[in-house]
Amino acid sequence: MPVIDLANPTRFLSIVNRVLPWLIALTIILFAVGLFRAMNAPDDYQQGATVKIMFLHVPAAWLGMFGWGLMTVAALGTLVWRHPLADVAGKAAAPIGAAFTFICLVTGSLWGRPTWGTYWVWDARLTSMLVLLLLYLGVLALYWTAEEPARGARAAAILSLVGAVNLPIIKFSVDWWNTLHQPASVFRMGGSKIDPALLTPLLIMALAFTLLFVTLHLAVMRNEILRRRVRSMRLMQAQELAEAT
Amino acid sequence: MSALIALLIRDMRLAVRVGGGALMGALFFLIVVTMMPFAIGPDLALLARIGPAILWLGALLASLLALDRLFATDHEDGSLDLLMMGPLPLELSVATKAIAHWLTTSLPLVVIAPLLGLMLNVEFHAMGWLALTLLAGTPALTFIGLVGAALAVALRRGGLLLAVLVLPLTVPVLIFGVAAANAAIVGPTPFGPPFTILCALSLASLVLGPIAAAAALRHGLE
Amino acid sequence: MQLKADELTCNRGGREVFRGLSFSLSGGEAVVVTGRNGAGKSSLLRMIAGLVRIAAGRLTLDSNNADTPIAEQAHYLGHQDAMKPSLSVRENLQFWTEFLGARRAVEPALESVDLARLADLPAAYLSAGQRRRLSIARLVAVPRPIWLLDEPTSSLDAPSQKRLAELMRGHLAGGGMIIAAAHGPIGLERARELKLGSA
Repeated sequence: MPVIDLANPTRFLSIVNRVLPWLIALTIILFAVGLFRAMNAPDDYQQGATVKIMFLHVPAAWLGMFGWGLMTVAALGTLVWRHPLADVAGKAAAPIGAAFTFICLVTGSLWGRPTWGTYWVWDARLTSMLVLLLLYLGVLALYWTAEEPARGARAAAILSLVGAVNLPIIKFSVDWWNTLHQPASVFRMGGSKIDPALLTPLLIMALAFTLLFVTLHLAVMRNEILRRRVRSMRLMQAQELAEAT
Repeated sequence: MSALIALLIRDMRLAVRVGGGALMGALFFLIVVTMMPFAIGPDLALLARIGPAILWLGALLASLLALDRLFATDHEDGSLDLLMMGPLPLELSVATKAIAHWLTTSLPLVVIAPLLGLMLNVEFHAMGWLALTLLAGTPALTFIGLVGAALAVALRRGGLLLAVLVLPLTVPVLIFGVAAANAAIVGPTPFGPPFTILCALSLASLVLGPIAAAAALRHGLE
Repeated sequence: MQLKADELTCNRGGREVFRGLSFSLSGGEAVVVTGRNGAGKSSLLRMIAGLVRIAAGRLTLDSNNADTPIAEQAHYLGHQDAMKPSLSVRENLQFWTEFLGARRAVEPALESVDLARLADLPAAYLSAGQRRRLSIARLVAVPRPIWLLDEPTSSLDAPSQKRLAELMRGHLAGGGMIIAAAHGPIGLERARELKLGSA
């Protein structure tokens, strides 16, 4: 019996194999430039050198949200347009987005500690990021517990869409909850406005991290396609053994 | 229409007869709320202050864990297949099951909440407001939980997966529910805004929840 | 009325179960689907019932109600019985007749499968064969043109199998069609055979 047609993923794999080395090189270059500019940027008069955690924290926050956006688009691709690679794209984006969200939380906690005196104060933005991490873990749980990849992918796609609708509501409610329980804190993470001297390195780092996300994403997609091929071949082998007896 | 009523009555009948549907939720609520002071200590002032929060958390967990079986039994005995082949759109069937579930599981919670509030030294005049917030907010919990139940049954997994999927989505309901209850008790912040947002969340999830849950069932069971 | 399948393909669990399946069935006709385990007999029935997605190909029903989906014009009798143990036999059947929108009454349906005496018994007390008969009663109580039967004679004793054969003949005589998956004969002499799996 023929295996499910894999022509599209094959073309995708050949493209990725050609493009990936260039992407890796470009990512490294951008990181080199960005880190150089970041290290040479002036210290903040109030926070000292710790403000430079921002160059890691802000891109991580942006990519955590970008990851969920990517999963949402992939979810539409899986459920509405039934594009063959859509569920692979969504499955690849989830762990990367979750990792960046986690980095955002850790760097945010470390950044705030000198000012707060403790590691976690339920600051509104970090708390929203924490709930985002929990939603990521929910989606990952769906992928882990599913016996068939396709079924898990469809379930994860629906949860991605439900989460996408819910996230603005969650953000709004957490902000509201925070103003209810805590007086406006003096220390605003990210600053009320960013000094222009810090802006350019920040944008370069953001671009570098985004490119890192894309590179990792394509590599993970490639792995997932290969993994599914192995699974199909195993199924075929089991089938042939059954037919032979 | 009669199909909808038939499904509603059947699910309610099953919840009442299969001993443990309706009352089990209320019992769990009672036990959870009783456990809290053991952990917190019998400081009446403190308990009064966090009373609404404890009641809301108890109601959240009780309604969530009961959702586990909402689709599982129908899936196991083949009823779900037939429900999908009926004249009622799956979204409507799913919504009807959720309403039956809310009536038999969450409504008892709302009724015994004032009693439990007594145990937590919540002020007497506030019991009614507290019950009102639960009445307005538990539909949101049920209809959001519906999506998790549908996803979990498609993957043949139970309670813990359901909780992991659903709890983050219920954060807004919890925030506004407790805020409304606290506003009625302690008072400087007005009761209106959080309560109306709570009602809005319930109404929105009433519509969107069944759509997502039906999609999850269709895609998950095909 | 005619049911036409055109190059149907079915994917389950990541592997292709069958592809390019074509057949056509008219009112009053029956077809028995055979094949070894895993050939896709149950999947074909579930595909016609609308429970499994059609990966490729088309399934059309030419009939008077062209707008009603095939799923709402078919009965699916699967391996499970769709009966709630805590409801009585009559209550179970009554629910399905009300939900699926039937005109025929419950009592004659129960009589036709010889369960009328047990009507008030909780369904939990029924044996496997009796539960099967209750599912068959659902087919009698709710008139729908297409019957999709997955191994209908399993757990039925000889008299019950004869009764089922009579009911099936009556359904065909009334212009209905039957698609049954089975490993052996089910009591319909003039049924065609559709063999799956030896591609």
